[in-house]
Amino acid sequence: MNQFTNKLEKMKIFFKLLFSHRMGLAGFGVISLFVFMAMFASFLGTVDPARTGAVESILQAPSSSFWFGTDDLARDIWSQTIFGSRISLTVGFVAALITVVSGTLVGLIAGFYGKIVEEVLMRIVDFFMMLPELPLMIVLAAVLGPSMWNIILVVSLVSWPTTARVVRSQVLSLKERPFVEASRCIGAGNIRLMFGEILPNVVPLMFAQAVIMITEAIYAEAVLSFLGLGDPTSISWGMMLHYAFESGVIARTMWWVIPPIMSIVALIVSFSLLGTAISDVLEPGYKEKKGF
Amino acid sequence: MGLKGFILRKVVAACLTIIAIVCVNFVIFRMAPGDPVRMMFRDPRVSAEKLEEMKQTFGLDKPLSGQFVAYVKGLTRGDLGQSFSHRRPVLEVIAAKIPATLLLVVTALVFAILLGVALGALSGWKSGTKLDTFILTASLTMYSIPTFALGIILLLVFAYHIAIFPLGGMATPASLFEGAELVWDVLWHLCLPALSIVIWYIGEYVLLTRSAMIDVMGQEYITTAYSKGLKKFRILKNHALRNALLPVVTITGVNLGFAVAGVIEAETVFSWPGVGRLVYDAVSHRDYPLLQGVFLLFAFSVVLANLVIDLIYGYIDPRIKVSG
Repeated sequence: MNQFTNKLEKMKIFFKLLFSHRMGLAGFGVISLFVFMAMFASFLGTVDPARTGAVESILQAPSSSFWFGTDDLARDIWSQTIFGSRISLTVGFVAALITVVSGTLVGLIAGFYGKIVEEVLMRIVDFFMMLPELPLMIVLAAVLGPSMWNIILVVSLVSWPTTARVVRSQVLSLKERPFVEASRCIGAGNIRLMFGEILPNVVPLMFAQAVIMITEAIYAEAVLSFLGLGDPTSISWGMMLHYAFESGVIARTMWWVIPPIMSIVALIVSFSLLGTAISDVLEPGYKEKKGF
Repeated sequence: MGLKGFILRKVVAACLTIIAIVCVNFVIFRMAPGDPVRMMFRDPRVSAEKLEEMKQTFGLDKPLSGQFVAYVKGLTRGDLGQSFSHRRPVLEVIAAKIPATLLLVVTALVFAILLGVALGALSGWKSGTKLDTFILTASLTMYSIPTFALGIILLLVFAYHIAIFPLGGMATPASLFEGAELVWDVLWHLCLPALSIVIWYIGEYVLLTRSAMIDVMGQEYITTAYSKGLKKFRILKNHALRNALLPVVTITGVNLGFAVAGVIEAETVFSWPGVGRLVYDAVSHRDYPLLQGVFLLFAFSVVLANLVIDLIYGYIDPRIKVSG
């Protein structure tokens, strides 16, 4: 119980530090806004974003009936923008979760066992890191076919090695620490050492990695959709830009292009601000500097 | 081991990576759903016998191992197959697009590195000041904007609404420009696509040079230089920046992988007739052989560029020679 309250106290300090960091607060605020949008999308004056309208409401500029105007199939752009946040956030969070969990596992096993296991795993990691990311994602997405889950799969397949590498180097230094030695002396097995002793110390790093991975996944989804590899059944921000670009009327329809671009940029910038803040806060000595 | 061993190890590693890329490339495209011959001839009037015959011509009736051998043999002869949409050999289609891409990448890289290193060095030198915060925030923001989004904004503002730059392409159509006029025309078309890559890239180099600079500034030899009474600018130039540039060199190689992403996005938005635009066309026509070819080209160039950077690094970093 004592250990639990101790952890809770640590978490409290972490969030206090994060929210007193200007970048962290700004990033967190904007992200919360998008999460709110995604959760309550149906209640924000939206209609079905894929529903096409009457001929006379094609390519309408923003008005009281279409807040953000309409596209070339008379679909409501306000609704597409709001519902688009669901896709970006889902891809971001799910892909980051898969990436960080699998990357951490590989890094943990490689760092802990060392020798031939490490050699083999790290060569695979090196190989993946050498490949140009976007072309690999395009090729995989083109071959697997357009769907949101395929995009998540592709992003995770391409991005786990970074986490594996970062975690491994942390594990290498952790496994030499006295507390691991002590635990081994009282008879703890490898599994217990890896998951009970070392893993809890990697958690802050996983957290920081997750934020970076979310940013990359959102970016990747936007690019792939823009290039026409997105899911045609659910319109994401990247897809909106793809349709606008393909329509050939992009010049006269600023209202069609501005909302998705602003949303993508706002979400990515706030996640990278949050990421910067988190790595600042996790930096050794930061806590002491702020008087904790 | 020394320098020779270092070079040998790097070359062997690069060769292994290339072999692995070839294998991965083969496997990925065999995962593709659908019949490749059907994909090529979408016309339902093509008879079953004709399709069977085509399969034999392309060697698709052989087992996978046989196909792999044929594929590798083809590669060594520079045969990357036929493009579905262009109806020409893939290698020919790609080769015609390489000069345009090189022009774009090299221009963008040179500007990004020069400006990025200068701003990063300034930011690190003045670290903690208002100027530093401004440069840092601006770089972080620029670094976070996807190239294609930035490209669309530039296109809308500077090509449609203010209309001082062309809408896309590499030269004014049917202009019959020659000599200097043609050069100006191409440069004028080059501005926006290059700018959209440069803006993204600068951020990266600023962040990198800045942190390397801050690292170096804490070293004892900088204090020594100060206590010798050297001029500030001289310390910056000869002592600090020179050492801070080492990591910048390394990252340039790693970055080429990301540069490829910027090129695909910028070329798509601005219809720049290069290899990146080819990716977009291949995707929209589901032209797998072409896509496969472009992927191989990108992967090979990144591996080779990294090898070159590693070798350069071996020469400029004194520790590698000493440790041998």
